[in-house]
Formats: sequence, C-alpha cells, structure tokens
Amino acid sequence: MSVQESVIETDAGARRVWLDGVNPVTKLILALLLSVPLFASIDVVSGLVAIGLQLLCLPLTGLSLGTVARRLAPIIIFAPIAGLSMLLYAEPAGHIYWSFGFATISEDSVQLAIAVSLRVVALGLPTILLFGRTDPTELGDALAQVAKLPSRFVLGVLAGTRMLGLFLEDWRTMGLARRARGVGDHGALRRFFSMAFVLLVFAVRRGTKLAMAMEARGFGADIVRTWSRPSRLHARDGIALLGALAIMVLALAAAVLLGTFRFVWT
Amino acid sequence: MATAAPARVHAAGWGWRYAGRRLPAVSEVSFVVEPGERVLLLGASGAGKSTLLAGLAGVLGDADEGERTGTLLVDGAAPESRRGHTGLVMQDPDAGIVLSKVGDDVAFGCENLGIEASEIPLRVADALGAVGLDVPLRRPTKALSGGQKQRLVLAGVLAMRPGLLLLDEPTANLDPEGVAEVRDSVERVVDATGATLIVVEHRTPVWADLMTRVIVLAADGGLLADGPPSQVFADHGDALADAGVWVPGRDVGLPALPVAASASPEEPALSATDLAIARTSREDVQSGLDVRVPRGSATVITGPNGVGKSTLALTLAGLIPERTGEVVSAASLAGRGGRRPIRWTSRELLTRIGTVFQEPEHQFLTQTLRDELAVGPKALGWDAARTAAVVDGLLERLHLSHLALANPFTLSGGQKRRLSVATVLAASPEVIVLDEPTFGQDRRGWIELIALLQEEVASGTSVVAVTHDEGVIRHLGGHRIVLEPAA
Repeated sequence: MSVQESVIETDAGARRVWLDGVNPVTKLILALLLSVPLFASIDVVSGLVAIGLQLLCLPLTGLSLGTVARRLAPIIIFAPIAGLSMLLYAEPAGHIYWSFGFATISEDSVQLAIAVSLRVVALGLPTILLFGRTDPTELGDALAQVAKLPSRFVLGVLAGTRMLGLFLEDWRTMGLARRARGVGDHGALRRFFSMAFVLLVFAVRRGTKLAMAMEARGFGADIVRTWSRPSRLHARDGIALLGALAIMVLALAAAVLLGTFRFVWT
Repeated sequence: MATAAPARVHAAGWGWRYAGRRLPAVSEVSFVVEPGERVLLLGASGAGKSTLLAGLAGVLGDADEGERTGTLLVDGAAPESRRGHTGLVMQDPDAGIVLSKVGDDVAFGCENLGIEASEIPLRVADALGAVGLDVPLRRPTKALSGGQKQRLVLAGVLAMRPGLLLLDEPTANLDPEGVAEVRDSVERVVDATGATLIVVEHRTPVWADLMTRVIVLAADGGLLADGPPSQVFADHGDALADAGVWVPGRDVGLPALPVAASASPEEPALSATDLAIARTSREDVQSGLDVRVPRGSATVITGPNGVGKSTLALTLAGLIPERTGEVVSAASLAGRGGRRPIRWTSRELLTRIGTVFQEPEHQFLTQTLRDELAVGPKALGWDAARTAAVVDGLLERLHLSHLALANPFTLSGGQKRRLSVATVLAASPEVIVLDEPTFGQDRRGWIELIALLQEEVASGTSVVAVTHDEGVIRHLGGHRIVLEPAA
C-alpha cells in the first residue's frame, strides 16, 4: 500500500521537499546510520532523544504527522511485545515487584522493557521517514547509476514489481471462481494450494511475456544503456549524512551524560 | 516525426519448431515484404501467426528454445540483430508495459538503445503525440484504460523509431472505443513514418482498409493466399471464414434475437433495488441501481470500461457481497440460507447460478477436461453413471470429445472458453452469468459460443452477459442493463 500511496502523493503534490533532493542510495545509508549505533546501548534516554530529533526533521520529509502515525502504528503495536520478554525474563535487579517461576518483574526489567520498546520504534521510524515518499523507479535508477548494481538486475526487479498488482487481482478472482464452481465450502487448505499452483503458472507465463516485451525493446543488448533520469550525488547528500551522524551522536551523548548509557554486552 | 528507413522483410522456406513439440509451429513460409507495405497476416488459430511475428521481432530465442529452418531476414540481417529497430505490440496490454510511469515506460526502449539522455525527452513527447496519448508523464501506467495502455505500448515502440512495426492482435482485448483509438493511432503513425507494418488480427474489418496486402498462413505449412485484400477475401473468403477469420461483409449465419419489452409481469430470476456495488471494500463503483434479470431470457449488461459491469455481474451471481441493497432470487430458487445468493453455500450456488469468468483459466481446477467437467456433478454428489453421462454429453455437444484427457491449460483460446462454459452447464444452473464471453475469440469460436447461448435461452435458462460486443448484443436480444459512469 505504501508504495502506491507514495506514487499518488508525489503525483498530486508536485511540491518538492528537502528530502526529495537526497539520493535514494544516500537514504539507504542514512537508514543504516540512524539505526545501527542505537544497538550499542539499551536505555530510555538515547531512544527518546533519537525519536525526538527525527520527528523534528519531519518538515524536511514532506510527510504529515498523521501519515507517519498511521504507518508507525504496526510498529507501535509490535514494540511492547518485544519489550514483554525483557519485562519477564531480564536479569532481575533492584526492587522485585512480581515473580512466578522463571518470570520475574523487577525495577531493572521494567526499565529494560521500556527501553527495548522505545528502541524498536526508534529503529523503525527512520525507514518510514526516509522512504515514505521514495518512488521505486527513482530507487532503481539510483541503485543502478550510483550504487552501480547491474542494470539487468535492477530493471528486472522494477518491472517485476509492476506484476504484483496483477497477481493480487488473479488471486481474488480465483477465490470467487472456486465459490462459483461449488468447491468453496470446504477444504480451504487444498484450495489454497491449488490456487497457488495456478498463480505460479500465471507468473511464469506473465514473466515470459514480459521478458519478451523487454527484449523486443532492446533490453539486454550489448549497447551501453543510457539513463533518461540521471541519478547523482550532491552536496545535500553529504549534509544529510552529517545530520544523521549528529542525531546519533546527540542521542548517545545524552545517554552518557545522564548516566543511563548501558552497553549491550554488559 | 523523424523516422528510420522502412524495413524490408524476406522469408525463404522459414520454419520454427518449439523445443519439446513434435510438429513445427510454422514451416515452409516464403514471402518478401517491400519497405512501407502494410500487411495483414491471417490464418487459422494455431497456424503460427504469433510465432512468425515473434521470429520477425527476434525474440524466439536460441537453439534451446526451438529449431529453425530456412531463413528470415529483416533489412538483410538476422532479426535478433534488428531488435530495437523492430517494434512489437502484443495482445495483452499488460504484457507490453515495463515500468510504472507513463514517461518512464516510453523512455525505456530509448535508454536500451543508448540514445543520448538529452534527446530522450523529445522522443518521448514525439511518440506520445503520435499515438495521441495526452496524459501527464508521471501518470501511473496502471491507471490507464485498455486502449490507453495499448497506445502507450505503441508509443514505447515508436520512440525507438522502428522501420518495422509488428502488431499481434493489438485490439483483441479492447472495448469498441479502445479498438478505434488504437487503430487510428496506428494509421497516423504509419502515415507519418512510412514504416513497414505487419498486423495479426482476427477482426479484419477493423484493419482491412488500412492494409495494402493480405498474407494467409496455411495450417499445415506454407501460405494459403497472398495478395491485395479485396482479391484474397474474394478468392478465399470461405476458407478464411472457416479458419476463424472475420471476413469483411460475411454474416455469421445465426438469428438475431428480439429485444424484450422492459416490463415483464413474471417474477424475475434475480432482482435488486437501490443496489450499491464495489469490487473490494473501497469506493462504490455504482449505487442506486435497480436491476431485474427476467427468467428464461437474455439480459445484456453494457457500458464503457471501468463502469462496474463485471462487478455488477459478480454481485448478481452471489460472489461479491452488495455494499447496500440486496440481490434477491425468485422464491423457487431459495436456498437454505434464504433468497439472497450471497448467503447460499458454494454448492447451492452450483445449480442456481453458474458464472463464466472473463479469463477461463481462473476457474480451471483439474488436470483433464473430463475431470474439469465432473467438478460440479461431484460437488453435487451425483453418482458415477450420472456424472459420466453429463460429462460425455457436454464433450460431444461442445466438440471437445477428442480432447477429453488433455490438460485444460493447453487448449486454444476458443476451446478454453467453450470448456469454461461447459463446466457451468454441467450443473444445469437456472441462471448463467458470463463476463465478456467473446473477448479474444475468433469467428469460429464466437459463432459456437453464441449458438450455445441461444440454445440455453431457448431451453429456458436465464443468461446474463457482460459485453462490449455489438454482435453479442444483437444475437442475444432480451433485456438490457446499460451502466453509466457514476457522477
């Protein structure tokens, strides 16, 4: 869904925002830069600071707070589940609130649970902010031209993703057809596998036709391909990297200064 | 627009046998097409028209894919080396589009040819102008109608400035408006570029006046005819019609049925008032509909693309739930869950409403035609003797007996369509709903199908057909439901 939405959004609002000028390959690096350092420590402060600073960057991304909240919702629902195991099974320390068998809720484990939940959100947020409006074609262009991935691979994947919508429609229609043919009442599992098989047949056939169409249009020839949408790196990509670095330094420094920094392996 | 030199095509004893097949798809084909000629390529289904076009486009593959005989040359060179200078448009509009935005898709071929990036936008604008596709470059390709999609594919091909244009049934899956759009675009393009044109198409009346020559492939190799259209149609009209070609000015030999008066006092088989419908749980495509499907006659649903015809048909058939309002059957059809088809079980639906989907393959379930026809009877718990009698009867009636043990997926388009109708008839439902039953059918398949539906109507079945096809509307007669785009 998010891919379709982003296409429509960029289509309707020709409004360019700051982040649109950042190369998609840089965005991939930014996503790593904004998440990997957070693995160093499990504490509430660094997570909160990172989330806060990233949300301050929201105007640069062109996304509305509502959109971000909606896309973040699954992560926010999932985060406490990740925290739950910490809550119950972390090394007990400090005041013990509750205990049953191996499960112990202590002062320390409560803190850890909150910290882990926040971490999950802090790790998910950059991806949503960075790629919320990124167009798959633009990403493909960047991967081929900037990251120098083979163009056959990149364009193949790009063309393939267009097929996904067709398969979804196939699947829906096949479900209706099974009801129409009198076999829709029982055997859901068997029906699933028979539909999956037919979908596979469709996939192979569509793939063959697509490959033929691409070949007929000169794809895969020995000619060096040109790119009508040049994808390059600019000064802004450097600024974005520095900004991300700053966010991480501030988040971890805040944790160290407030004494909450807690190295993962201690 | 700037052009490449029109191409010359030379075939000498050319043939192709797909790997794993015993007989060649094409054999012993010889002809010369001079630059700028406009050729309509005809032949019975299975005569190898598409294979020949794929060969000319240079996309048949290497020795692993099949075995070639004779020679086939485009501008004196192997077709493989002319890729990018030869443009190919195929039947399925979705098969030809590569990228997700209009502008990007048109540029795709130019990029592959290594055209200077600065020149590509000019070529894209040129090509879109030539096919008359006036939409923003950033428009998602999936938001286009069928006719627009085919014109987009044509534009993508034109941007490469080909000297040879190959069209493989480019209008078979389009509504009348789409057919006219594509045909006019092609005419404009060949007039402007002078490119050599080769078109495969059953619906010859659409293309005949644009063509300077007709080549007919014989089913058993070689050519059946080759010459100016009027002469070929005059000399070989009967043979062509038998082979499934829509020969201009030739009648199908079926009676046209009368259109029924709108108000019938009898209780309808299906009816709904103030009905709102939607394909998925998104926006309603139609609302406030009042529809009646009278018993024992045809009801034809028409209207432009995307207006919700299929959705209405599938809603009436008890497959998609109504958004508001209720589809209600005649009291005599009521199931255990009442008179609403959507409440019936899948098994109850079988003897009440049968549905033939647009794409026959969506509804195939088994490995042989015999098993396929037995699916319904088995679900109804009929014994072996009764099932066999019904299956044999249908195989006979639809001329599919010799294929009883074949896999449904391996049938020709016309055979697949007949099988999908037969699977529905096996349970003798009171109502048959068909979604675009004549899409992509050649003349022979079309006549067989319509004759079958006329028989069903005559024997008291209610037939509901979604269609764009004027011939279907005329020959089924009965009632009309005309859908207008929602305001």
